[in-house]
Amino acid sequence: MPNLVEASGLVKRYRAVTALDGLDLAVAEGSVLGLLGPNGAGKTTAVSILATLLTPDAGSAQVAGIDVVAKPHEVRRHIGLSGQFAALDEHLTGFENLFMVGRLYHLGKPRARDRAVELLELFELTEAGRRPVKTYSGGMRRRLDLAGALVAAPPVLFLDEPTTGLDPYSRRQLWEVIRGMVGDGTTVLLTTQYLEEADRLADRILVIDHGRAIAEGAPDELKSRIGAERIEVTVTDAAVLEEARQLLARFAVGEQQADARSRSLITPIAGGMPVLSAALQELQRAGIAVRDIGLRRPTLDDVFLTLTGHVSAPEENDE
Amino acid sequence: MKELVYAVNDAAVIAWRNVIRIRRVPDLLVFVLISPIMFVLLFAFVFGNSIDIPGGSYREFLIAGIFAQTVVFGASFTGAGLAEDIQKGIINRFRALPMSRSALLVGRTLSDVVYNVLSLLVMALTGLLVGWGISSSALDAATGFALLLLFAYAFSWVMAYVGLLVPSVEVINNASFIVTMPLTFVANTFVPAENLPPLLRTFALWNPVSAVTQATRELFGNIPPGTPPPEAWPLQNPVLYTLLWVGLLIAVFAPLAVRRYRSSVDKR
Repeated sequence: MPNLVEASGLVKRYRAVTALDGLDLAVAEGSVLGLLGPNGAGKTTAVSILATLLTPDAGSAQVAGIDVVAKPHEVRRHIGLSGQFAALDEHLTGFENLFMVGRLYHLGKPRARDRAVELLELFELTEAGRRPVKTYSGGMRRRLDLAGALVAAPPVLFLDEPTTGLDPYSRRQLWEVIRGMVGDGTTVLLTTQYLEEADRLADRILVIDHGRAIAEGAPDELKSRIGAERIEVTVTDAAVLEEARQLLARFAVGEQQADARSRSLITPIAGGMPVLSAALQELQRAGIAVRDIGLRRPTLDDVFLTLTGHVSAPEENDE
Repeated sequence: MKELVYAVNDAAVIAWRNVIRIRRVPDLLVFVLISPIMFVLLFAFVFGNSIDIPGGSYREFLIAGIFAQTVVFGASFTGAGLAEDIQKGIINRFRALPMSRSALLVGRTLSDVVYNVLSLLVMALTGLLVGWGISSSALDAATGFALLLLFAYAFSWVMAYVGLLVPSVEVINNASFIVTMPLTFVANTFVPAENLPPLLRTFALWNPVSAVTQATRELFGNIPPGTPPPEAWPLQNPVLYTLLWVGLLIAVFAPLAVRRYRSSVDKR
């Protein structure tokens, strides 16, 4: 698959602050790249450059094979952008917002009208489409904003923190829609500070910090790079914790950690579910009462902490 | 050719959007309509008896001045509208669309003409109630109104540029007064320019707001017979002088504003 989005050596400085410090990235046609990073990592700046809102100080970028600096107007015909702040006209209805965007993509009146109706239906906003946007909830605004990015059915979609500030239900709903679009062949570049979001939506994840890429890979690849899976057991009686530790020692591929206060034991393993099941049988045979047992894989939070040296703390504002 | 068709289409779409907003946000409309009425009444009744116009009535004299002042003040709506688009982030949606570079600004300045038409209408009616009248031909009167609208249109490009420079709607509402107050008061709008002290007098005589006021007065037939002809060239040729300013303002500020719009970084 060719790359529909490609950037190399992007640099962007705002006075004293270096937002991007030589960023490279590529998104293969029909795939989703998750740009993951903490606040101020340069995610929004990267998207702004690719979506022709900013010009880079150095480096180059192509979207759909077109140079974003040399031919921004051409690029705009092939992209849809949905930002972290819903870019809608509060006083227009949902329908009018989408109709306006369609007209500005030069769809022609009947086509713009049909497309607005179609998208309102897709995003379950048909009823609300007759009301001014100022009456919408946060989730409805985000859906309409995303609908706005889809009006011209662009092959490339930039989603800048599409679910920041949404409640869990709206977030899941939006994920469904995004997955549907990807299923239809849209190429997506998504920024997020939610590790779970990148995990759910992205084929590949690019972790950035201080304007540079610090890791890249499929979500599972990144996770396995960080460390092994582990069995976590909580026993009902702290007195048998040491016995449990000895029993499970033969499955361990690294150092075990026992914590008497929480009556829990962590054993790094390799081999997944069959090993978990064998370990549980071992404990039961010895008559050890188990309160909780499970196989834990490293989360993207762990990945993040290991790669950047700090946890990802979602805050209200990005750069 | 195709580019031009798109530019016209895009500007029309933006103007359509803004006109819908005029209907949906009546508080703004109320302000646009109420404040001119207030101005007409205040000046007519507060100053009307203290200011003498040789050979004429102050109310006759006053109305053209208030027309000119109101359309100049009205231009700040153009700037405020753009500042709001930036503040709300919708400008980034527009900038990522394949629309014409000038459309957002052309559409905005055109739709703001609607405000001016409405406020001129309201002021004219109020003026008629307090004793103002047009004593010229219908064609001359129409030319007078057209000249006011044209000047307002040109001035709204100045405010469009300012609106793209400032960080918020509040700033433009305050900042615009720094420009519009002296421009509309150090002029022949409310008192004859000849009565002003020397420095202010020179400013007033060359002030384009004076010219548009003078032109409107002449076209409405509001200059009392026997008034000595103005001594300064701009006021002797007020229509020509106004048109020169209209051309100059658009030629300078339209390209500046379009360039600023394209390069403006996200100001949120």
